[in-house]
Amino acid sequence: MAAIVQAVGLTKQVQSGDQPLVILNEVSIEVEAGESLAIVGASGSGKSTLLGLLAGLDVPSSGSVLLNGKSLFNLDEDGRARLRGELAGFVFQSFQLLPALSALENVMLPLELAGNKDARQRAQASLQQVGLSARVHHLPKHLSGGEQQRVALARAFVTQPKILFADEPTGNLDATTGAQIIELMLELNRAQGTTLILVTHDENLARRCSKQIRLASGQVVQ
Amino acid sequence: MNLFRLSLNLLRRDWRAGEWRVLLLALVLAVGSLATVGLFADRVRQALQQQAQSLIGADLRITSTRPLPSDYRQSAEAKGLQVVQSRTFPSMVSFGEKVLLSEMQAVEVGYPLRGKIEIDGENVGRVLTRQDGRVGLKPDLQNSTIPVRGTVWVDERLLRRLDMQVGDEVGIGALRLKVAARIVKDIDQSIGFASFAPRVLMNEADLLATGLVQEGSRISYRLMFAGDAAQVGALKAALQDKLSSNEKLEDVRDARPEIRTALERAEHFLGLAALTAAILAGAAMALAARRFVLRHLDGVAVMRCLGAQQGQVLWLFANQFILLGLVAVVLGGLLGYATQAALVESIASMREAALPQPSVLPLLKAAASGFALLMGFAFLPLLQLRKVSPLRVLRRELGAPEASAWLVYGLAVAVLAGLFLWHAGSLKLGLAVLGGLLVGLLLFGWLAWLLLQGLARYSRFFQAHWRQAFNNLARHGRSAAVQVVALSLGGMALLVLTLVRGDLLEAWQGKLPVDAPNRFAVNIQTDQFQAIQDFFKQQTLPVPELQPMVRGRLIAINEKAVNADSYAEPRAQALVEREFNLSYMAQMPSWNEVVSGAWWTPQANGELSVEEGIAKTLNIKLGDSLTYDVAGSQFTAHVTNLRKVQWDSMKVNFFVITTPELLKDFPTSYLSSFYLPPDQVKAGDALSRAFPNILLIDTGAVIAQVRSIMDQIAQTVSAVFLFTLLSGLAVLYAALLAMQDERSHEAAILRTLGADGAYLRRLHIAEFAILGAISGLFAAAGAVLLGWVLALFVLEISYQANLFIWLLGIAGGILIVVIAGVLSTRKVITLPPMRVLRTDY
Repeated sequence: MAAIVQAVGLTKQVQSGDQPLVILNEVSIEVEAGESLAIVGASGSGKSTLLGLLAGLDVPSSGSVLLNGKSLFNLDEDGRARLRGELAGFVFQSFQLLPALSALENVMLPLELAGNKDARQRAQASLQQVGLSARVHHLPKHLSGGEQQRVALARAFVTQPKILFADEPTGNLDATTGAQIIELMLELNRAQGTTLILVTHDENLARRCSKQIRLASGQVVQ
Repeated sequence: MNLFRLSLNLLRRDWRAGEWRVLLLALVLAVGSLATVGLFADRVRQALQQQAQSLIGADLRITSTRPLPSDYRQSAEAKGLQVVQSRTFPSMVSFGEKVLLSEMQAVEVGYPLRGKIEIDGENVGRVLTRQDGRVGLKPDLQNSTIPVRGTVWVDERLLRRLDMQVGDEVGIGALRLKVAARIVKDIDQSIGFASFAPRVLMNEADLLATGLVQEGSRISYRLMFAGDAAQVGALKAALQDKLSSNEKLEDVRDARPEIRTALERAEHFLGLAALTAAILAGAAMALAARRFVLRHLDGVAVMRCLGAQQGQVLWLFANQFILLGLVAVVLGGLLGYATQAALVESIASMREAALPQPSVLPLLKAAASGFALLMGFAFLPLLQLRKVSPLRVLRRELGAPEASAWLVYGLAVAVLAGLFLWHAGSLKLGLAVLGGLLVGLLLFGWLAWLLLQGLARYSRFFQAHWRQAFNNLARHGRSAAVQVVALSLGGMALLVLTLVRGDLLEAWQGKLPVDAPNRFAVNIQTDQFQAIQDFFKQQTLPVPELQPMVRGRLIAINEKAVNADSYAEPRAQALVEREFNLSYMAQMPSWNEVVSGAWWTPQANGELSVEEGIAKTLNIKLGDSLTYDVAGSQFTAHVTNLRKVQWDSMKVNFFVITTPELLKDFPTSYLSSFYLPPDQVKAGDALSRAFPNILLIDTGAVIAQVRSIMDQIAQTVSAVFLFTLLSGLAVLYAALLAMQDERSHEAAILRTLGADGAYLRRLHIAEFAILGAISGLFAAAGAVLLGWVLALFVLEISYQANLFIWLLGIAGGILIVVIAGVLSTRKVITLPPMRVLRTDY
């Protein structure tokens, strides 16, 4: 099967005072469609930086990323945004819901940005899938952490993305709620055949993925 | 379409969350302030334009201070034009014990040739009417265009002030005439608030019998013509060459140029004052826009992450922005409309003048200015939102993308400069005012910043919450300085308009001695000399000095002809265009003072004494020869001294005095000023009744008139500056909001460290009290400075600042800022610290 995500020699270096600081050093990975990849490592090991580069949220100092065969960094900022809109869904540690929009409107957002006409129906269906059909008109501040993350999952899956990027999706949740969210995410992942790329501290969660890489000081150690 | 709906959605939610409130408030105030001035000026301008059409009551008019040659009338009639004449002059009108100075106009049948006088009254001609089968009578306005002999038409002001009704009889000169109608809509007069005296319209045929037409009477002769355009054009061309220097030819276009100029100046001044509010509103908008951007970084980063392109982000916010602008413009327009309407209602003379409704043009101008402000102050920060990195979803420490400071400030200043030029109507004035204002604001701001830093240095001497308050303000020095400047500007305007204005007026009036003359008697005839003296003796009043007066026109200086074209200055042009009052005497009045040259000896002749001010205006020097035209004959004499005159002494003063032999054989009338004690006011009315031709002017009434005009101006200016104060408060509000997140964070940390609500409240009150006190201090200092400048350079009096200004400034500043501040921060204190700290970044 062809790799849906292919990263070659990804390096990220920033200037820290007078010294150059290497955050990510020559990382290469390949993820095939439908696979799940867990990126683990200690704080500051470069996990989130790698995720950001894989999703085209940031540009590397050197190296390349192919998403579904398209080279991310040959595109400009808007081109990368368009590609994300077509291919990717996101789940974050801090949920990242727009506080001004209701649960439903948050889920509708990626569809509306893509110009979808049936955004409302699809968003409602997606919220039903995550068990929030009773709370569609609530604002994020009126939802619990677990509920907010469910909305974020609904928003991530509503576009039926080929790839889901998840950054510590349970980091802000208690163990029980976190476990429920994980189950839900993996279930949706299976159901839609989505490729999952996940950053986590949680070894149990990592083990449930089909592939794992461990980072230390910006390098793949395992 | 989806995006538009989304932006509407976001707007609605953001609106509910109060994100747009300051931006909208500031913009509404800016547009409201500009619309108030624009609409107000427009109504006055329209009133002038409407009047211009019927203003001269004809197509063409000649006005002169002397009887007009009969061939003017003959040649016009020969050309087939309609011609009527009228004579206008001031006279006393009496009813019972009351006497009032009025403007009389004696007209002949056919008047007015253009426009219509509307009257209502009982005793004018009536015609039969039929309505619903019933027969009635109504005034025949068509057929009675002028009062019939023995009657007059008067305006509402005369009826009210003399407390009389249509049907009563009034005394005018030697005649008693019946008031046949009230003039509802007049023509051929000055506009309501600009005219001084009430109007009386009488039949020309009654004029002679009043005995009011005498030597030296101030009569304005008018000859009016109407016909088709070609006839009028031909007549105008023919007349133009024949006119003598005291005759003025006017057509509709020339009507009331002086009011037009004054209005334009007032409009520019008020427009610039309104722009002060706009500058502050701009500052509030910039603060609000910055906060808006900061609070939307996360949302935009998420959208970028979810595939939103830069254009989409821009479009999303531009939509909201334009919608907000539209709403603000509509609300600001309504506010401006309501304010100007209230203003017109509150000023009696404006209300009476029944100004027409304003046109839509000033609203469009205010709206365009509002959008320009929005673009200049808020758009650029907003534009930065599209550049938010999507990486922010992972790394929240990434700040807002910054636009170049040069670009931000440059655009704001460019927009302001554009607005100032547009509203000032002159490059020089616009740039001077904007430059002065910006330099002043920066200076004020710098001083405020310096003061805050200085106070923070010595904060160790204060209690903990004061210490922290001083330090907080010093840490936010720039923002605090902007707030101080904004608040003090508004406060200063209010202090000047309330306390300083009152002080100045009192100081100015206090300059007059208690027994300064309070009556002017004008138009006394030579044969009344003895009778007048007897009258005063009889009333046990001191006999006043009577000064001779001859009217003449300056036609040459050093044998070189002068006319309006000889001078650039409008005042000088006006002085040589009209006749002015000359006097002759052997002794200089004791209240005058020679400043150069010497007063003449009793034997001297052919000498002139000129007031120093007019000498400067007309560029007349000692030794110059001046040629005057008096009643058609000319004389030339030399200037041998320049005099300083105390104009506000309320005594009779002349610009030019001659040696007696030059003028004594010309038709002369006399004038005088005297003091009438309050308990002998009736003697004045008795004088008017005994000598109906004499015009008795109550200078107390003139002062009251001046005061009322000043009050009207102050009211207008106050209304405009109220917007300045409100905009200042908007800046405060915006700044408070801008600091709210940080304040919440700080409060949460302090509370976790053990500070209770009372401490936080004390801390906030201390901060606001310091801010308010400094703003009040600056406002009072500015007001005193401005009062001093006005006193010294405009009123030429010494000015002792009222101590109350400082007290009121500082106490008012503290009160306003503390109330506004406490109201806006009360949530910060009650919010649980955990909630703040968890959602903070």
